[in-house]
Parts: sequence; structure tokens; C-alpha cells
Amino acid sequence: MKSFNARFYGNPRVYLGLVWLALVLIAALFAGVLAPRDPFAIVGQPFLPPGSEGFLLGTDSLGRDVLAGLIHGARTTLMIAVLSTVAAIAFGTVLGALAGYYGGIVDDILMRLTEFFQTIPWFLFAIVLVAILSPSAMNLVIAIAVVSWPPIARVVRAEVMAVKAREFVQAAVVAGQRDMGILFGQILPNTLSPLIVTGSLMVATAILIESALSFLGLGSPGQMSWGFQIGAGRSFLRDAWWLVTVPGIVILLTVLAINLIGEGLNDALNPRLADL
Amino acid sequence: MKNASIGGYILRRLLQTIPVILGVVIVNFLLLQLAPGDLATVIAGEAGGATPEYIAELRARFGQDQPLFVQLLNYMGNLLTFDLGYSFRQSAPVLDLLLDRLWPTLLLMGTTLMVSLSLGILLGLLAAFWVKTWKDHLISVTAVLLYATPLFWVGLMLVLVFAVKLDWFPTSGMENVVAFHEGWDRVWDIAHHLVLPTVTLSVFYLALYARLMRASMLEQRGLDYVTTARAKGLKDAQITRRHVFRNALLPVVTMAGVQTGSLLGGSVVVEAVFAWPGLGQLAYQSLFARDYNLLLGIFFLSAILVVVVNLLVDIIYVILDPRIRLR
Repeated sequence: MKSFNARFYGNPRVYLGLVWLALVLIAALFAGVLAPRDPFAIVGQPFLPPGSEGFLLGTDSLGRDVLAGLIHGARTTLMIAVLSTVAAIAFGTVLGALAGYYGGIVDDILMRLTEFFQTIPWFLFAIVLVAILSPSAMNLVIAIAVVSWPPIARVVRAEVMAVKAREFVQAAVVAGQRDMGILFGQILPNTLSPLIVTGSLMVATAILIESALSFLGLGSPGQMSWGFQIGAGRSFLRDAWWLVTVPGIVILLTVLAINLIGEGLNDALNPRLADL
Repeated sequence: MKNASIGGYILRRLLQTIPVILGVVIVNFLLLQLAPGDLATVIAGEAGGATPEYIAELRARFGQDQPLFVQLLNYMGNLLTFDLGYSFRQSAPVLDLLLDRLWPTLLLMGTTLMVSLSLGILLGLLAAFWVKTWKDHLISVTAVLLYATPLFWVGLMLVLVFAVKLDWFPTSGMENVVAFHEGWDRVWDIAHHLVLPTVTLSVFYLALYARLMRASMLEQRGLDYVTTARAKGLKDAQITRRHVFRNALLPVVTMAGVQTGSLLGGSVVVEAVFAWPGLGQLAYQSLFARDYNLLLGIFFLSAILVVVVNLLVDIIYVILDPRIRLR
């Protein structure tokens, strides 16, 4: 059997995904260096098409640089997506671990709660949350995390239930380790691989949610984001196609890249399932 | 006997929906408490300022001076009798506004469900049939691409190409209101307006169902009962049509039910793009008007809609797969 590295990096789709994601990460990390001016600043004539002098991707209806907006948008979008995923993983893991480890009534209650959050129209719930808490980066993170944790809880619960029955866990019980020690020290480290796969795919979903919320005008005010750019450009679809097209392609490529990497991780971590 | 057990199952499922609906009511109530400014200050503000005595009087009239728990019970009582409150922005009861907008959304969801399920199942079948050939790869790559595309962007691109450039379809709305079409002309007009929103909302689910159907077909094809059927001398086409296909459908039906809530969320975005006069557009408008009462009413109705659709899917499921009832 090939090693994890060979299976992961040998996959051409993973390679493509990593290259694009690296570009986006560089843009996000060095936004201030790559585009030093405020992305909201008016720097040229409005509606300059892509390829114009000094504006590779053109300018928008107010004369703002589209490329600078994309670079700063990468920072906003990635930050919100990653933070909300981390929050969702933390919350989902704790809930799923408790449900899987204790079983019985605890499991029943926590799983009913998870089902509840999966049944309600989650995107509408995110909209309602952001609207009522008022749009800000923090509240976007909260809203996205609140609608994203259930799959994590389910995955962790299933894994914990499977691992709990193994001998080394029984040995820890016999050795007198405490519940929390067993759960966090023995069981959870063994549930990491499905958690990594689910978590990485979740970042992609979070980017889509953040973009949709920003498009609807619920984005973090004062911070450039890809969804905001599309929302601001949609009124000029007839005359300035690039304002909507370009940020959309960037979102598509980024989500695709993360999905490819996530699936590559899945294939590399669970080689037996790779053929399905 | 058979009917009795289906009846019992439906009753059991009906009872299971009660906690979900209660949960939504409680969540709604808590969100209303979180919303900035209560009803009394909003009304007083719109009247151009008011004395503290007047605000206190308003609060008493709306029951807002009572303990939180009593307010919750009042709120529950109101919602369960479908009194969803009053939208002061639109000067109409929330329920009337919602019922006005319900059927365009149901129409959009219905056509989307039909298009995405039928095409998704077909593409998944074909991909499984052509497994590991270039045609299978083409379908899979398309599905992966559609899976990663933001819904609202698909809509805007379709508008750009098919409405702005080619002028085949209208850019927005549900019908040409000034044309005063009647009868079949009106049906045709609405259908014409329906094409782009339906395609937009369908693509993601189409990709989802196609991938699921392919995986499910491949999984079923490897199971023991297929070997048994082949050993009995059934032809491959018969096995696929009568056994594998029917079993492979079940996960897709389940998924379609699970996705109802997400479909409703997607319709908010699609309706905002196409100015489709449904619940989603109403939600979009209420965001800007800060009409929280209306927004929460939409959330409540949508949650009920999801619960009802899930119930229907479960009943269809039992009819498709009688083993479920035994559990």
C-alpha cells in the first residue's frame, strides 16, 4: 500500500487545488502588500474594462480597482470561512463526543438537537441570525458556525461509538483513567481523519454561505468581500459584465480547489473507499 | 392490516413533528428578544417620538411588561393559531403577506424538484452505466463544477447570457403584468419566466443527485442479490431495471427530503436575483426594511413547510420500501 503522501500529492486534482488555494492564501496573507491602497478607494475612471492601463481586471461603477477588491476580499472571505469552520468543529466535536461516549439519554437529547438544526431551513436561519444580530464579521462567523456544526457532531458521534468498543479504550477504563481523559486523550485522537475530511469540505461550504450572505447585503460592512463585489456589480450586468463574472469565477475556483483537496484527503486517508 | 400499520406510522411521524415546531417557536421567540428595539419603541419612533408614559402604555398593550415566560406562552398561543403578528412596514398582517407569496415559491420549488430529481437520476444512471469511460468522467467533472458554483452567480450568468445577450428569456419577475394575459396565455407567460430561476436553483441539486445516484447504483450492483438474480438466469437489463434501479433510488429520495430546507434557503437567493415574487423575495425585502416580525414569520412558515415535506417524503418512502415500518 502506498503512503499517505504518495496517495495525496500523487493525485493531479489535489495538485491543481493546492496551487490555486496557495495563490488565494498568498493574496489573503499579503493583501496589504499586493494592493496597498484601500479597496474601497476610488482610483480611476468608472467602468474601465479588464486589461485597461493599470487595472488588470478593470474598475467598478465607482472607479474602484476590481483586482484590489478581489485580493482584499480573499482575506475577508477566507478569514470568516476558516473561523466559522473552527467554531463549528469545536462545538460539533464536543456535542458529538458527549453523545457518542455517554449514549442513552444524553445521546437522545443531543441527537434530537442535531436533527432539529438539520431540519430547519438553515440558510434562512443564517439570514435571520445575521439580520437580527446586525451584520459584522463576528456575527457572520457565529451564524455560519450555528448552521454548520450538525454534520461534525454526527461524524464524531459515529466515530466515538466505534472507537469506544476497542480494547485500548477498555484498557484505559480498567487503568482507572477518568471519562474526560479517555474521551480527549484516547478516543478523539482516533477520530481525526474523518474530522479532517469533513472540516476541509466545510470550509468550502462556509465560503459559499459567506458569499451568498454578502451578496444579499448582509456582509461585514467596511470589509471588501467577493460576494459583496457581485452584489454591487449586479445592477450593471448589461454594461459591465466583468463586475459579476470575475469575482464569481474566483469563488467557484476557490470552492472547487478546497473540494478537490478535501476529496483527495478522503481518498488518501480511506484508501479502501477511493473507488466508490 | 397493511393500511392500519401505515396509519400508525403516519400518526407516529406526526407526533414527532411537534417538538420540531415547538423548537422553531422557541427559537423565533428568543430571536425576537435579541432584535434591537421592541415593538413599542419602534412604533413610538415611527410616530416621531413619544413620551415614556406612552411607550409604557404600548408595552402593556402588547403584553411586553409581563415576565418572559408568560410572553413566551402568549407568543406560542399566537403562532399556533396562525396569528403571526402585524407588519408595520407593509401595513398588513404577516400571515396575509405570507399567503400571498407562498404559491410562487411552491411553484419554483416544485419545478426545481422535478427537474433536478429527474435529470439528476438520469445522469447518475448514465454515469453508472458508462462507469470509468470518458462519458462518466465528463458527467462527474460537470457535477463537481456545478457543486462548487455559487447559486446567485449561476443566476446572474444565465441572465447575462440568455436574457441580456440572447434575449430568449425575461430577466426578472414572474409574469408580464402590463400585458394582462389570461388563461393559457398567462400560464405560458409564467412558464417562460420560470425557466431561468428553475435552472438556477436546479443545478446544485442536479449535481448532488447525479453523484448520489451513480454511487448508489454502483454499490447496489455489487450486492449479493444481484448475483442471485443472475444465477436465476435473469438478463442484465432486467436486473438493472427491476432490482438495482429501484433499490438505488431510495437514498436519492431520502436526500431529496433532507434537502427541502436547503432548497428553501436557495430560493431566497434565486428569488432575490430574479425578483421572483415569492417568500424569498419577501425575506430579502424585509431585511432592508428591518421588518423582523415579517422575517421571523417567513422563517416559521418555511420551517413548517420543511416539516410537512419531510413527512410526505417519509410516507412515500414507506410505500416504496415496506421494510421501514417494521422498525
